[in-house]
Amino acid sequence: MKIALAVAVAASLAGGILQGADRVEFNRDVRPILSENCFACHGPDANARQAGLRLDRRDDALARGVIQPGDAAASKLVQRVTHSNPLLAMPPQMTDKVLTDSQKRILSAWVEQGAEYQEHWAYLKPRRPDAPAGPAAIDFLVGRQLAANHLQPVAEADRRTLARRLSFDLTGLPPDPAVVEAFAKDRRPDSYERLLETLLDSPHFGERMAVHWLDLVRYADTVGYHGDVPVNIYPFRDYVVRAFNENKPFDDMTREQLAGDLFAEPSPWQLVASGYNRLSRMTNEGGAQAAEYLTKYATDRVRNVSTVWLGSTLGCAECHDHKFDPFLAQDFYSMAAFFADIEEQGVFSGNAKWGANVRVLAPRDREPAAAIDRRVAELRKRGQGKLPARPDSLADFSAYLRDDLVRWRVLEADRVWSDCEHPDFNQCERFELQQERDALVRVALTGEEKPREAIYRLETELGDGVINALALELFPTADFDSFYVSEFEVRLLGRQDWPVRLAMPTLLPDREEPGSMLRDTLDGNYQTGWHGNWEGDGTRVAVFGLESPLRSRAGERLQVTLISNPRSGTSLPARFRLLATDSAFPELPAGGALREAVLADGTRTPEQAEALREAFDRIVAGNANWREIRALQRRKKVLLDRAYESLVAKAVAEPRTVRVLPRGNWMDESGPEVEPQVPQFLGPVSTAGGRLTRLDLADWLVSPDNPLTARVFVNRLWRIFFGTGLSKVLDDIGSQGELPVNQELLDWLAVEFMESGWNIRHVVRTMLLTETYRRSSEPSEDLLAKDPSNRLHGRQAMARLDAEFVRDNALAVSGLLNRTLGGPSVKPYQPPRYYEELNFPKRVYEADLDANQFRRGLYTHWQRQYLHPSLMAFDAPAREECAAERAVSNTPLQSLVLLNDPSYVEAARSFAARILREAGKSDRRRVDFAFREAFARPALPEERQVVLGLLNRQRRHFAAEPDRAEQLLATGISALPSGFGLTELASWTGVARALFNKHEFLMRY
Amino acid sequence: MNNLTTDPLPTRRAFLGRASMGFGPIALASLLQSDLLGVQPAVDGFPNAPATVKRIIFLCMAGGPAHLELLDHKPELEKRDGEPMPESFTKGQQIAQLQGKQLRILAPQHPFKRYGQSGQHMTSLLPHIGSIADDICIVRSMQTEQINHDTAHTFMNSGFRLPGRPSMGSWLLYGLGSESEDLPGFVVLTSEGGSQSQPIAARQWSSGFLPSVYQGVKLNSAGEPVNYVRNPTGISRAMQGDVINAVSELNELQRSWTRDPEIATRIAQYELAFRMQMSVPELVDFSNEPEHVLELYGTRGGDGTFAANCLLARRLAERGVRFIQLYHRGWDHHNSIKDGLPVSCGYVDQGTAALVKDLKRRGMFEDTLIVWCGEFGRTPMSQGSNPALLGRDHHIKGFSMWMAGGGIKGGHSHGATDELGYNAVEDVVHVHDLHATILHLFGIDHTRLTYRFQGRNFRLTDVHGTVVRDILA
Repeated sequence: MKIALAVAVAASLAGGILQGADRVEFNRDVRPILSENCFACHGPDANARQAGLRLDRRDDALARGVIQPGDAAASKLVQRVTHSNPLLAMPPQMTDKVLTDSQKRILSAWVEQGAEYQEHWAYLKPRRPDAPAGPAAIDFLVGRQLAANHLQPVAEADRRTLARRLSFDLTGLPPDPAVVEAFAKDRRPDSYERLLETLLDSPHFGERMAVHWLDLVRYADTVGYHGDVPVNIYPFRDYVVRAFNENKPFDDMTREQLAGDLFAEPSPWQLVASGYNRLSRMTNEGGAQAAEYLTKYATDRVRNVSTVWLGSTLGCAECHDHKFDPFLAQDFYSMAAFFADIEEQGVFSGNAKWGANVRVLAPRDREPAAAIDRRVAELRKRGQGKLPARPDSLADFSAYLRDDLVRWRVLEADRVWSDCEHPDFNQCERFELQQERDALVRVALTGEEKPREAIYRLETELGDGVINALALELFPTADFDSFYVSEFEVRLLGRQDWPVRLAMPTLLPDREEPGSMLRDTLDGNYQTGWHGNWEGDGTRVAVFGLESPLRSRAGERLQVTLISNPRSGTSLPARFRLLATDSAFPELPAGGALREAVLADGTRTPEQAEALREAFDRIVAGNANWREIRALQRRKKVLLDRAYESLVAKAVAEPRTVRVLPRGNWMDESGPEVEPQVPQFLGPVSTAGGRLTRLDLADWLVSPDNPLTARVFVNRLWRIFFGTGLSKVLDDIGSQGELPVNQELLDWLAVEFMESGWNIRHVVRTMLLTETYRRSSEPSEDLLAKDPSNRLHGRQAMARLDAEFVRDNALAVSGLLNRTLGGPSVKPYQPPRYYEELNFPKRVYEADLDANQFRRGLYTHWQRQYLHPSLMAFDAPAREECAAERAVSNTPLQSLVLLNDPSYVEAARSFAARILREAGKSDRRRVDFAFREAFARPALPEERQVVLGLLNRQRRHFAAEPDRAEQLLATGISALPSGFGLTELASWTGVARALFNKHEFLMRY
Repeated sequence: MNNLTTDPLPTRRAFLGRASMGFGPIALASLLQSDLLGVQPAVDGFPNAPATVKRIIFLCMAGGPAHLELLDHKPELEKRDGEPMPESFTKGQQIAQLQGKQLRILAPQHPFKRYGQSGQHMTSLLPHIGSIADDICIVRSMQTEQINHDTAHTFMNSGFRLPGRPSMGSWLLYGLGSESEDLPGFVVLTSEGGSQSQPIAARQWSSGFLPSVYQGVKLNSAGEPVNYVRNPTGISRAMQGDVINAVSELNELQRSWTRDPEIATRIAQYELAFRMQMSVPELVDFSNEPEHVLELYGTRGGDGTFAANCLLARRLAERGVRFIQLYHRGWDHHNSIKDGLPVSCGYVDQGTAALVKDLKRRGMFEDTLIVWCGEFGRTPMSQGSNPALLGRDHHIKGFSMWMAGGGIKGGHSHGATDELGYNAVEDVVHVHDLHATILHLFGIDHTRLTYRFQGRNFRLTDVHGTVVRDILA
């Protein structure tokens, strides 16, 4: 059936091309024959090599004398493959390999023509062939090949088909019928481009592209082995969706996934991306052997990275040198060594902690959290200097303080005087203000009588700079046993006489006397103030934060006024100085016990530690900025507490030793140790900078010198949009893969991709703007006869929707689809006891009974050992291993899913209600509406007839047995649409079911 | 319930008749393809050797039955009970839960006896199976490569330790198709009891890289026998038929203006699905089984027990299903071999023997292969410290199984382990050899049944496997 047909097609196509060319070409004609029939014994694997002969390299083949270029008859190779004695004929009988006559003729002709070799096409750097720029290049290269094969491409598809095709290809969702109609009527020359751009900008574009990528990197929600328990890594899936939606360049995607954790300062999303390294299966089974499973994990990663990026079966070299491609066993283990730094356990603990992770917010919390981050950043910026990253941490706090101490500088006043102009302050004669070293100002009494009140003024010249806070530091003197500060004012002189607004002040140490409040120094009322007794230890410090940073220019002057007006007695501040800081965290000026506590650090006494703790609580709580920051951070903590963990890669200091394992035997430690390195024939990467890392690997994968990555990626993109890869085998472009049917096109795309900066959307757009893409998928007789598998793209492909999109389509058409992006995986209805055979622990599947029931398929909980049966029926892979291409099957189980899975029954019921509600009154119009919704086209008369026939039969059934209508309509959790007769709703549900089961519903043409 | 003759569906013949009128060669070709669907082979030329059997019933004793209590008697263990296991056996060998533990010999915990004319030596715990001793061939020299359940099952089913490879049943369908018209060709049944139940992944019946039509279908012991096989609530068979009929008519219409080759297949699959909706409930309806048959199996059927699954297996065999696989999850005796093993035996003994006897009565024994086998065996060494609760750990270097049916030498035994039952030493049968032998019995040269994947031709036996001729009749 399918397989046999495919083989026949390839053969007929190859034959067709061959006829056009007399010259044998090694890669196209000869290599496939040698690779399939000879290389296993005469190829790269030294251990399996027979007679010391290798035919994969010209020099070796010629050196052994089996080929005489130009003389087929004299060449042993030709003699042996054409030998009449079966005992001497090659390949030997025991291999079961037989050369066809035409293959023998090709070999003979090749030798006759000089036995020229070519390096395998995929290992040569792609070169851009001559072609027009942009999408026209694709049409040109496709067209040239069609012409060479005397084939005429078909015309462009009709507008509705195009709209539906674009919608499914770019979003995995059906088009809005209104958009289809508008597009059908849109005669503007760029109408197609407009629709294309709209869909590229849709957030569902990322979802659509993610499905394929998640298959490749084998993303799932469970660990795979043994109990197959859940693991938290869904944010990785969201990362992939975001990356496509943000059009993150593919080289960045590569670096972030392979080595996001190794970036200098990785963002949370880069860490999430590094979870790629944790997507391999893991075990926590009691009797598992750690060394064995570490080997399994290592080999899993090599298989994956080599298939995903290199399209190569490096996995074959686990036990022996590759049989067909120049990969050595050593290459396999050198690749494994790149991942030997990943922290993991061979057997994870029974209670399933699966290693390093990062916390990631639930989608609904992301914007609020981002808003908090923005506000905090603003508050910090206002402070200008740096704040400890986490003010909740005492360690950070003290480290910060230590750093901060040096940022306070004394303000050396160049003018100091006492002001007696105010009538209430007239005792200037009783003292002088003297300046001492270290900017100290001292009250020197002129006589016996002490002043009772005073106004001090100090002025200082400023340079260019910033002041965020000022401090007033008070020292005791013998003359006064207490102090009283009524007001503290600051003005900036220069540009204008400008009062500087001060914020909530802070006192150090925090020892306010009863009835004394530091903040009273800012209230403009000199009848109140801050006061205290000089008892115990020495200094007091009052810190005045500025409401906004003061940016001074050279020449401007700062004036500070200090008013002391004690209610009784004599309590002038008698020795003091001013300090200023540009620190955003200004609460701690130089001096005091706290300073010592901070500086003590390692030798801190318990008392000092306690003092620090207290100061922390007080200061952080006391500053307006900090208060808000703390409040914000408390709110963020609530969000973080309900965030999800996502596994990430974490590098250990000492990578595990990696050895070549003879025959892949993990118990055999006799093989040589290897260091990280790329496959030798593609490398090496310089190790001058020391041991290579995953980041080096990523850089190499996306370096312009790598001949594989770009080709592999665009080849798979081509498969998505044109049905078949240009090289058909998506997971092997090596010797055993397929020579591309249009290598120039593949290379053009690969070069375009790299030169665009690995711009995925650019390449998608380029592909979709072509005539080739827009063609009808309906083949002409000629195309069908000469190119039945459509390898030359004379028409579009007819593609069945991917498993996820089949259900998405029904949900979308029914109106039930919940288009929320991202978040924890969801659980649609599933047959009861489907997880019966799971254990450790036993599990009961609880379907989501809220709006999550109607999320898109890509968010479905991906249980590796028991993938949701309806996804499985439509060929979604279990994602235990890399799946580069999904099978496209057509089975009775699919019919059962579409007919009987409650998801589809409920969707049909909702669709029925939509039909009744939105389509007018007549059955005819309703049928038409239903077709436009489901198939983006009106119904044909014959179709309408069939549907009306069904409708009437359903009506008769339900009218006769109304109970059945009620039972049918009870399916599902969504509210039963009201306002319709049950029989009518049930009958239209029958119609909707038929449309959901119609083949066309599963197809994109 | 309607019967098939009154189904409102047009028959495939009618489709074909219509198809031949005017759809051109392509449509016809695709229709012919569709006639080969679901249960039909994808490759021509098999069997490529004389076949002795048409179907297989693979009784998988999941968890790893203790061969040293059941099928492989080692008096030496008795003599050296409690002594340290000689290092010469265990040094450098793989070990599961006994890692880092003291390794001590454990005597057989249950007596053996001779059964039948052939005098097969087997446990006293399986008297019913003992009663068919002359029909079975015991292999005492099995070896596998994977020591944990999940990977060992994968290896036993697919010949590879990596996921993504087709299981035996899928290979057989791929090569031979099935003889059932309205049931899947590869059916899996499960039961449990006797020890902790190890999980079984759906991977075990996956078609891997083969087309998914060859994938095994698990029959559920309760609820819907096959997922989604029941009509939606409220929908009668006639109403369902109306819907399917309309679907097929719409598909037919579409086929008249498009060359999508999958439409014809789709139409045929709806027809098959509709038949399955009838045949599956009929399959699991045991009401027409006579009393003496129910007594033979010791079940009324439909209760999810291993015995009921054996009876169901016979019904599947009768209906042409090619590969019938029963898992009994109850043999993982890390502890309590003494008390636990008889319980497990009790679950499977009667049903197994009844199945063989029933098949013989119906003349199906000769073209059915029955395999009774775990994913591995258990150590000669004891596990646990409480003398009353001793068990045995996983063991892969030597274990036992038996086969019976068409082409198999009954009353015979093959191969041997060493005196302590540790290593298979005589006529070693590797899992690959078992696979080669199974395919051989179906008339398939195991080196010829291949599928191209990732650039090479894969087969069930990888690059290994030798047919075990000694056990063939």
